Amino acid sequence: MTHADQPDQGQEPELLRTADGLLLQTALNRVSRRAKIKAFLLVLPLLAFILVSFVAPIGQMLLRSVNNDQFYSNMPELTLWFADKEFGVEPDEMAFTALAADLTFAAKERTAGSVGTRVNYDLPGSRSLFTSAARKAKGLNPPFKDAFIKINKDWVDPELWAAMHAASATYTSSFYLAAVDRKRDTDGSIIQVDENRRIYVQLFWRTLWLSGLIAVLCLLLGFPVAHLLATLPMRKASLLMILVLLPFWTSLLVRTTAWMVILQGQGVFNNILVSLGIVADDNRFELMYNQTGSIVAMTHILLPFMILPLYSVMRTIPPSYARAARSLGATSWTTFRRIYLPQTIPGIGAGGLLVFILAVGYYITPALVGGASGQLISNQIAFHMQDSLNWSMASALAAILLAAVLVLYWLYDRLIGIDNMKLG
Amino acid sequence: MRKLLILSTALTTVGFAASAEQVTVMSWGGAYGVSQVEAYNKPFTAATGIPSTMVDSDNPATPIKAMVEAGNVTIDVADVELSDAIRLCDEGMLEVIDHAALPDGADGTPALEDFVDGALMSECAVANIVWSTVFAYDTTKTSGVKSLADFYDLAKYPGKRGLRKGAKANLEMALMADGVPAAGVYDLLATEAGVARAFAKLDTIKSDVVWWEAGAQPPQLLADGEVVMTTAYNGRIFNAAVGEGKPFEIVWDGQIMDFDLFVIPKGTPNKDAAMKYVAFATGTQPLADQARYISYGPARKSSAPFVGKFKDDKTDMGPQMPTAAANLSNALANDFAFWADRDTELSERFNSWLLSN
Repeated sequence: MTHADQPDQGQEPELLRTADGLLLQTALNRVSRRAKIKAFLLVLPLLAFILVSFVAPIGQMLLRSVNNDQFYSNMPELTLWFADKEFGVEPDEMAFTALAADLTFAAKERTAGSVGTRVNYDLPGSRSLFTSAARKAKGLNPPFKDAFIKINKDWVDPELWAAMHAASATYTSSFYLAAVDRKRDTDGSIIQVDENRRIYVQLFWRTLWLSGLIAVLCLLLGFPVAHLLATLPMRKASLLMILVLLPFWTSLLVRTTAWMVILQGQGVFNNILVSLGIVADDNRFELMYNQTGSIVAMTHILLPFMILPLYSVMRTIPPSYARAARSLGATSWTTFRRIYLPQTIPGIGAGGLLVFILAVGYYITPALVGGASGQLISNQIAFHMQDSLNWSMASALAAILLAAVLVLYWLYDRLIGIDNMKLG
Repeated sequence: MRKLLILSTALTTVGFAASAEQVTVMSWGGAYGVSQVEAYNKPFTAATGIPSTMVDSDNPATPIKAMVEAGNVTIDVADVELSDAIRLCDEGMLEVIDHAALPDGADGTPALEDFVDGALMSECAVANIVWSTVFAYDTTKTSGVKSLADFYDLAKYPGKRGLRKGAKANLEMALMADGVPAAGVYDLLATEAGVARAFAKLDTIKSDVVWWEAGAQPPQLLADGEVVMTTAYNGRIFNAAVGEGKPFEIVWDGQIMDFDLFVIPKGTPNKDAAMKYVAFATGTQPLADQARYISYGPARKSSAPFVGKFKDDKTDMGPQMPTAAANLSNALANDFAFWADRDTELSERFNSWLLSN
């Protein structure tokens, strides 16, 4: 690369050759290609690592949100029956025969629970139908439709058959629908779920709103600190910097627990107020286990992510600009607004985006101090990953969150420009 | 460098050798975990030479499915509730345990007859204790609390309440507090109206509830003064009150009894050692020893004569058990079939209820 680009010192047009007769250009190309391959080989481990540890799991997660095999791989006969049927078709004796065969098999393989769990995702309350019928499936006799009605009359419920039909498809949108509080009606149209089950849309908005609020609070608190750090003499600034970094290096759990100790009903803060007579003993502030708790603890924990980019940007702003503005007659407010602030935009953008995106995915802190009103969407994702074990639902929620963050990132790029960002 | 290589190779080999025979038990931590380490793990390792490790969890049933499905089972034995044992067994997540192969009781009774009713209900599990969900209060903050109705009476007994963050036990207790007799609770809960009634009752105290998740939290919440009353596992309150001298009083009205059982996740690399552990730990003597450290009743009848005093050698354990006659006047046995079938659904409903305003 480097040599080939140089002008060849004004020699005659005859092509240069190497000692073994090859065209110089070819030889050089060969060397540079070798160098490229070597460079690529050096990057290869990282690339492979990213593929294996980042791209593949995310791809698998996205796949899980549309593909759940708990029903169709355990109920082959019924899946086959559904395959050529319209949505919402009345189940006939054939369907119930297939159901009986599948449930007998499921009872033997101990998969009835999984099948029931899958249908239960779409139709809450139906899991027990499958587990109880599977226990009796072996003793069933034709006509099967009547036999199933005898076990439980819910077996002819059109909603149940619609849910089973949806679950028999290899790819389904039902988890995405559920993630935005929607579901499919028996005729296939999309409707809202019952009022007492609508939680996710509200949680998504709450997550975005709280994350935005926390980013703004971090900016308000972090800006003066970063400015102070950037303008103080080096010795004092390093001392102050340690005060910023020390909490940054402290475990997240320790910091969260510290806030619990300080802010809880019988905590330090309330005790001081009570002993000063500012609030009555039986009327203490509720600052923990609610939204306030989440906001306070998260703002504190994320503050360094705002201060550090701001500081690194502010350090590079020459103080002479502000002095020049003042000497030309600008007031201190105008100097700040027209000269200083615009130059800190890359830092504000980086810090804001960093804090916002970290806050959107926060889960331990709200889980510990958020109570019920301070829970974020990530707590629901964790709930579906760890407790309800509905991984498809967790994936759908996570995918929507990912998409929302990407959209916001794109908006940021359009409005401020990602090149303008400076991380430090 | 060479030394380091040899050393690390040697260590790895030792590691592999050890992994051939060892047992990792996942249980509920805190005072209960301690009782199991003292009564089961230490004697087990002493008797068999197989090392045993105890790991804590808020509910050991939840990681099992994730482990089995991912094909990465790192727990050999888990301590779970009965409904979870049945549910996981239904879903093929557990190894089947041959109950007939369990050791006879100390008095020679065959294992199948020695265990109390329901203890061997699931073919994938062996019960070790009877425990219960009760509620307790701080006697320095309030007094005269008698029944579950008082727990829900914010006017008479103001202050925060602690509840476990989950549907199980809370729904039953809400109905009993609302005047439903213990015998009718599950019949009512099986209906939509019953579930709605339970949530409506929970609504009356919702804004004054501090939710807990780990069993060790409720005694802590009481001790910190964060709540004046809280539901809890009876043994945790006993240990805080008797073991640590805290001013806590258990109210047995409306207690919900349940089993804790040992299960073995499917695909554990240490299946044989796990089976040995379960057989050993649910023997007459270890079960009786367990009651020396915490007030949970042994699941074997033959253990009863061996249950004596608390580890302080002063407190009689008999009256502290959920099964003591005086504590049974208004007690409910957890309906495992109900929860095995409806846990998923009611948990989600509970979650929606919790998050909606």
